[in-house]
Amino acid sequence: MTRIFAYIVHKAGVADDSAAELVAAAKMIDDAASPTAILTGYGTELDTVCGSLRDTYAEIWKVAKEDLAYPNAELVRKALLEVLPQGCILLVPHNHFGIDLSPGLSIKMNAAFVSDVVNIESIKGANLKLVRQEFGGQLSAHVRCDVSSGAVLNTRPGAFKPLEGSALNGLVLDKSPLVGALTTKRHFVETIVADAGGVDISKEPVLVSIGRGIQERDNVAIAQELADTIGAVVSCSRPVVDAKWLEKSRQVGTSGKTVKPKVYLACGISGSFQHLAGIKGNPFLVAINKNPKAPIFQVADVGIVDDLLEFLPELTNRIRESVLSKR
Amino acid sequence: MEILVCIKRVPDTSENEIELNSNGNDIERDDLVYSVNEADNYAVEEALQIVAREGGNVTVVTVGSDEDDESLRREMAMGANRGVLISDEAFSSSDGKGIATILKAYVQQEHYDLILTGVQAEDSAAQIGGMLAAMLDYPFAALVNSIQVMDARKLKITREIEGGSKEVNEIELPCVLSIQTGINEPRYVGMKGIRQVASLNIPTLGLSELRVDASAVGEFAARVKREDYFVPAMGEGAEILQGSREVIIEKLIELMRAKGALK
Repeated sequence: MTRIFAYIVHKAGVADDSAAELVAAAKMIDDAASPTAILTGYGTELDTVCGSLRDTYAEIWKVAKEDLAYPNAELVRKALLEVLPQGCILLVPHNHFGIDLSPGLSIKMNAAFVSDVVNIESIKGANLKLVRQEFGGQLSAHVRCDVSSGAVLNTRPGAFKPLEGSALNGLVLDKSPLVGALTTKRHFVETIVADAGGVDISKEPVLVSIGRGIQERDNVAIAQELADTIGAVVSCSRPVVDAKWLEKSRQVGTSGKTVKPKVYLACGISGSFQHLAGIKGNPFLVAINKNPKAPIFQVADVGIVDDLLEFLPELTNRIRESVLSKR
Repeated sequence: MEILVCIKRVPDTSENEIELNSNGNDIERDDLVYSVNEADNYAVEEALQIVAREGGNVTVVTVGSDEDDESLRREMAMGANRGVLISDEAFSSSDGKGIATILKAYVQQEHYDLILTGVQAEDSAAQIGGMLAAMLDYPFAALVNSIQVMDARKLKITREIEGGSKEVNEIELPCVLSIQTGINEPRYVGMKGIRQVASLNIPTLGLSELRVDASAVGEFAARVKREDYFVPAMGEGAEILQGSREVIIEKLIELMRAKGALK
């Protein structure tokens, strides 16, 4: 069986959640597999992460270089090419780093590439059967991947459930000497941390969240009126920010904010995984969408199939009436 | 600056409910509304804005079929100077690597300083730009959400990373960038604009013009193949509230009260 590696994303000495998920994905390719963790970085932070993986991985390959202190995908790609054996399978989380790293890496490794894998069904010989999603999660697809000359598989964060840890007492191997001087035509300059914005949606208990279904800038007021009426705050999904109808600080999702409300009203939001990944703490999730097949209905507690542009104003009016009648 | 933007014509998910066909091996393609992939419009707009500041030309290219003519014309109506259609029977059912191989052959016949793609298309693979860059040995950056030209050889770009933060990079030209949605506001294309480009010539290039090795593209070369589509398992699924809108609103208000969203 082909050797399986897991690229470990880490920051400030802490491994990303995907570190444990990749073990689960590797076991789905080959139950007998003992995947090898591979990490790039520098200094004591890297050593700390390597140490923290010894419960989950039997073998941990460390590539320590000053140039790799920040994970510039262009440099990481070159380093991995020096270290990884030919024909191996490499698992990488499908996040902003994996999207940057993996397609080009697969070309340089002459390996097959499949991105955003959500499930692994079977393997027969070199024929790996995977599940992906298309059309914003509306449909899933089975994909066949020929891994005979290796593969780079980007797996969706959160899609693979970490296995119960069995203390493996893993071995950390220093592979740094395999990597020579690294050069690049892309240089990391700095990170600009997101502006907090006027309203902190991450602390709000009730969110009226709007998506593409709001259709026009002027319609944002419909959601704002409902939010004002119930003492909630308006948040949104990516298309609303792309259209510049709301500020970036209102966006829920991997590229926006992580929220932990008690109640989340998803209005005209289809439910992409990047959006859902930003909703934590298992809130009571109400989805209002006119497309009964919208993926959001799979994860919501309660669904309403209706046109939100008509539904929300009526809901707001009814709430106002019921509050008045109680006085 | 000579800029190439790679675009793709895709079923428009905001205009269609995507359904399985009766065989389950594809989506129901009759009566589908197709559009240019959303992120690609942002890439074309970005290219046009760079050229407006720095001078140069914008070329849009797609690997597809005759039906892609209208997609190229739409981007030309936005202001792209040139459209190029790459089409050949031999290219059908190529995987991502196959498409990148075809584009590489085209790029090597021309001279481009900057190559842009949308960050991803309807299949959310997000792969062509990075593959193309690797084949050309150009530097690459994904999820780019701002571009500033520093000089004739260098750009300052930002990439979108987690939590709305940005990663600033300097990248040498020529390079390939995948463009994230929201980087700009793509201009509106009206019927008048489409009419104005209706008679412009769009060359079609195939296997022989591009001198692509037929064994490196198409179905035979593809190591990644989609086998079928299926409707994802619903899991628990939401309880869909039934009844008239009035009844549903009453139920919802009750639920919101119970969950503490209403007093």
